[in-house]
Amino acid sequence: MLDVSARALWRIGCSSFNMFFLSSLKIAFRAIRVHRMRSALTMLGIIIGVGTVIIIINAGSGAKSQIAKQIAGIGSNLLMVFPGSTSSGGVRMGAGTKPTLTISDAEAMKEACPSVKFVAPTWGGNAHLVFGNENWSTVVTGTIPDMFQIRNWPLAFGSLFNQRDINTAAKVCILGQTVVENLFGDIDPIGQVIRINKIPFTIIGVLDKKGSSPRGRDQDDRIYVPFSTAQKRLFSTHIPGLVRTIMVQAKSLELMFEAEKEINALLMQRHHIQSGQEKDFTVRNLTEIMNIAQKTANIMSVLLLTIAMISLVVGGIGIMNIMLVSVTERTREIGIRMAVGGRSKDILMQFLIEAIILSLFGGLLGMVLGITACKVIAAVIKWPIPISWEALLLAFVFTGAIGVFFGFYPANKASKLNPIDALRYE
Amino acid sequence: MADLIETRNLVKVYNSGDVKVVALDEISLTIDAGGLVAVMGPSGSGKSTFMNILGCLDKPTTGKYFLEGIDMGNLDRDQLAHIRNRKIGFVFQTFNLLARTSALENVELPLIYSGVPAGKRREMAMDALHSVGLSGREDHYPNQLSGGEQQRVAIARALVNSSAIILADEPTGNLDSKSSHEIISIFQRLNIEKGITVIIVTHEPDVAAFTRRNIIFRDGKVAEDKIAQKNTSA
Repeated sequence: MLDVSARALWRIGCSSFNMFFLSSLKIAFRAIRVHRMRSALTMLGIIIGVGTVIIIINAGSGAKSQIAKQIAGIGSNLLMVFPGSTSSGGVRMGAGTKPTLTISDAEAMKEACPSVKFVAPTWGGNAHLVFGNENWSTVVTGTIPDMFQIRNWPLAFGSLFNQRDINTAAKVCILGQTVVENLFGDIDPIGQVIRINKIPFTIIGVLDKKGSSPRGRDQDDRIYVPFSTAQKRLFSTHIPGLVRTIMVQAKSLELMFEAEKEINALLMQRHHIQSGQEKDFTVRNLTEIMNIAQKTANIMSVLLLTIAMISLVVGGIGIMNIMLVSVTERTREIGIRMAVGGRSKDILMQFLIEAIILSLFGGLLGMVLGITACKVIAAVIKWPIPISWEALLLAFVFTGAIGVFFGFYPANKASKLNPIDALRYE
Repeated sequence: MADLIETRNLVKVYNSGDVKVVALDEISLTIDAGGLVAVMGPSGSGKSTFMNILGCLDKPTTGKYFLEGIDMGNLDRDQLAHIRNRKIGFVFQTFNLLARTSALENVELPLIYSGVPAGKRREMAMDALHSVGLSGREDHYPNQLSGGEQQRVAIARALVNSSAIILADEPTGNLDSKSSHEIISIFQRLNIEKGITVIIVTHEPDVAAFTRRNIIFRDGKVAEDKIAQKNTSA
């Protein structure tokens, strides 16, 4: 007796699923092969979409890590305090033109501001250097060892200046890598004597290579000397203890605004400025500026990613379109399959699998395209672009989902055909 | 065993625009298991509609159709697909083989939907092809086969799943007389050797002469239902 109970049919359905899946795969590949050109064009939308997503995610994260590296390079949690601007006849001359900040301001900050970790005043200028028969001009900055902490800048060789060097305004200096390259070549600079503006200085240390600043300036083209030496021996001041900038490191990222507030309050009090009056100093939050740059990069990535997603959706619509054509073309085949016992879900699966294969295959090609493009971009702009496997996995899953989503409607349409109408279709 | 096929007051009405076309008008008949039946009649007489309902490809407007005592009107789409898969084999005038698909794969098709494993499937399909005299042609595509050979592939597909019934709708309509003769002799052999019930829609008296019962439709009604006195052996 014929068993058409739900349980019996379910059993057949389960046992046939694996084999059915394999033959569906075979049918799908055959259909794609037969319509090579059409399938390739259909996949193009997905290929471009996935390729763009891969490029954007990877290049975006490459850019972000580049920015993060620069943030770490200028020093973490960094605040810069500049003297205020002079104004002559109503024309204001810009930050740093008025000599208002002194080393005692810096010392007061270190003592009075609880959110501040390190404070380093700087004073300096351009100087001419001579070593043997080589010469070079660069910026000489007087500072204290804390500056190297703030800027996250270790020594490559030698040592930093100590408190005694600062107290005695010792004629010692620490060189950046560019200066070493220009003056010394292969000679070991430690212990050598160079002349800075004709004054002999002993080289006690060489800094690690820092690279260019976010604005493209070579940060290694520098010489550092003790703060007192700069003031007393190289770039003398009419007001003792005058500083060009004060670098401040807050104790943590969260405390940066707190530190900024404390510095403002302290300096206003010390400089006798009432609230509402124009300040004779400026506090700049460099980390904040870099964070804004990072946020801008994020927003750009999100925008580009949105566009890429739209192209993926357009690609999905292309798949839906071609699957609808395919269902119409193969109406008779569907009828035959139904006549020999194909159930609705068998037909549904067959066309769904075909749509998924189209989109996954497009997705794979898109990944290849994206990865290749990333490598090319990395080679051209000389940024490392790490390929994120999570992004690849995401793209793969996403294209699969597109196949299911856009393949469902045509597949469902096919599965709902009336067997006799499908068989008679011309 | 009860009657294999029983219809009670089958009515099929097509609505084409405002015009109602009655394709079947109160058809009640029974066909025994093991029968070899020709369904005849002019075009538009309702014989194809009748076959489609027997094949569970179409549903009657009213009336009942029992196959092995089961009321087909109570079954859903998937259950009907299961019946077609297990009980019924179709042979069409236009062969209806899948293009770009080998003879073997065409014959395997019903087995895929009944969940037969690949190795077993191949074996059964080869047997079926052998029984219609197509051994050695299993890798040919339909467009590499003659009309008669294509129809034999279709017959192999119809019998591969041990169907109880083969429904053939004008199976020789597109064939020359020699191929037609081959096809009819295969039907006759299957009927006698395997006891398969074969129902052939035809308007060729030559074909009908090979059967044991002729049902003649006219205007949606059974005009004549006669048992052949003696039938020609192919």
